[in-house]
Amino acid sequence: MAVVTSETRATTARPAGGGGGVPVGRKLLRMNWLGGTAGWVWLLIVMVPLYWVVVTSFKAQSVYYLHNPLSLPTDPTLDNYRLVIESDFPRFFLNSVIVAAGTVIPAGAIAFMAAYAIVRGAGSRFLALTNGLFLMGLAIPLQATIIPVYLLIIKMQLYDSLLALMLPSIAFAIPLSVLVLTNFIRDVPKELFESMRVDGATEWGMLRTLALPLTRPALVTVGIYNGLAVWNGFLLPLILTQSPDKRTLPLGLWTFQGQYSVNVPAVLASVVLSTLPIVILYAIGRRQLLSGLTAGFSK
Amino acid sequence: MVLPALVMFTVFGVVPLVGVLVLSFTQWDGLGPINPAGVSNWQAALKDPGLYHALWVTFEIMILSWLVQTPMSLLLGVFLAGRQRYRAFLAVLFFIPLLLSSTAIAITYKALLDPNFGLGPGLHLELLTKDWLGDAKLAIAVIIFIVSWQFIPFHSLIYQGGVRQIPTSMYEAAAIDGAGRVRQFFSITVPQLKYTIITSSTLMVVGSLTFFDLIFVLTAGGPGDSTRVLALLMYQQGFQANQMGLASVIAVVIVLLGLVLALLLRRLGGSLTTSQMEGM
Repeated sequence: MAVVTSETRATTARPAGGGGGVPVGRKLLRMNWLGGTAGWVWLLIVMVPLYWVVVTSFKAQSVYYLHNPLSLPTDPTLDNYRLVIESDFPRFFLNSVIVAAGTVIPAGAIAFMAAYAIVRGAGSRFLALTNGLFLMGLAIPLQATIIPVYLLIIKMQLYDSLLALMLPSIAFAIPLSVLVLTNFIRDVPKELFESMRVDGATEWGMLRTLALPLTRPALVTVGIYNGLAVWNGFLLPLILTQSPDKRTLPLGLWTFQGQYSVNVPAVLASVVLSTLPIVILYAIGRRQLLSGLTAGFSK
Repeated sequence: MVLPALVMFTVFGVVPLVGVLVLSFTQWDGLGPINPAGVSNWQAALKDPGLYHALWVTFEIMILSWLVQTPMSLLLGVFLAGRQRYRAFLAVLFFIPLLLSSTAIAITYKALLDPNFGLGPGLHLELLTKDWLGDAKLAIAVIIFIVSWQFIPFHSLIYQGGVRQIPTSMYEAAAIDGAGRVRQFFSITVPQLKYTIITSSTLMVVGSLTFFDLIFVLTAGGPGDSTRVLALLMYQQGFQANQMGLASVIAVVIVLLGLVLALLLRRLGGSLTTSQMEGM
């Protein structure tokens, strides 16, 4: 959020000429040759592997070993993509979509309700304790509790189902979601709540007609963050499922790589396909994604 | 209204957290009955050199990746705080690795670093043609490189936000006093970013305890046990050797380590800010 606001501020504050009138601080940021070098070098470090993945995924397996790995494919082929799509990949893709939606929506809803209650019920001991509990959850690597989660899922007879992936993911998403959402709801002016209450609105009514519309950007941010975590999650699917038709993309990628380890272009095509939806999302909603990724940290 | 979240978090967060401690005093193969086992798991685990080795590898990766990531993120963060359009464009590209799953990244680098068919041999670059994942030291270095590749952009963005909050007047005053760029960086930028540095370091340090996917797919702990971090040891003891009790002991160690490190860093933050206030 801080990022977005400061960027809009930048456009208005940009100095016109760039000459003598530039503030010294800006100048510092402007002519930082060490940072500049680092920036371009880092661009190379980031882009070379990504470029290699995309280029190679369009090369035939037979050419892969022969040519310069960084050259463009002389006759690009879609065979690798066809191979991936004709495997179980669409199934993994669908599973990932289901699990992501089945996590992001409920997690957003219950975290929003909790955040609303925590902000509106300031002073309640119970709510303060609950909030403290959620905050504690931020400091603990929750993945370390995977063994009891596995036990719970077995006892609930949910092992090897997509629901088994959603429930713990929702729980793991709560701490940060509540933190971000409470910070946001707190910014809603108290007078607005007061005037609505005088008009006879219930808490549920205010939650729906006042807090929800004003908090929508934060909800999107939280949703993107949680969605990305679930989409890329590997440990839960690895431990809580076993049948091939329950695999989500990262686990599917891993098994695909095991099967086709000699066919590097096909493996890389699967990497591209599994990442494509997120890259498209990134292209559309870059700002919200960025603020989602640094949610609560860039103060 | 708080109840659904509280119930979900209690059932799948708090109960497992307590449960992992309870399970560390039991014997369970993951399928059959769970039997109490007293402190035998703890005795076995604490006597096992494997645990200390995993602890060592975890710290090694934690510290080295912090040492690589922090200066680089700081440098890039200051750079990206500039308002130029091309820098905003670079920031967009820098972020792409963060969108990829660790699994996808591990698979990519495994192919990229292949000693026979990877990028090095393909370009006939002697320097890049090494058995990267077959040598203990190189494998650790590769993990640290990949972690940096993945997360430096994220931390740069945190620093970028921090740098943009520093009042320009401070730099103006420093320039009038004749402080050079380097001096300004160390006497203004770094002290002003103290909070940001602590936040970013906490995320790096606690986050490094959960590097499971990357190492699992990339090296599976190898060669030998040279990249077997605690999280991986936990998985192998629990879900491959079917000793959930022993694995729970390791899980408890991970949780405690995370808590202690987070608290230590927070305390560091507190004392630093008070001393900073005193100086003013």
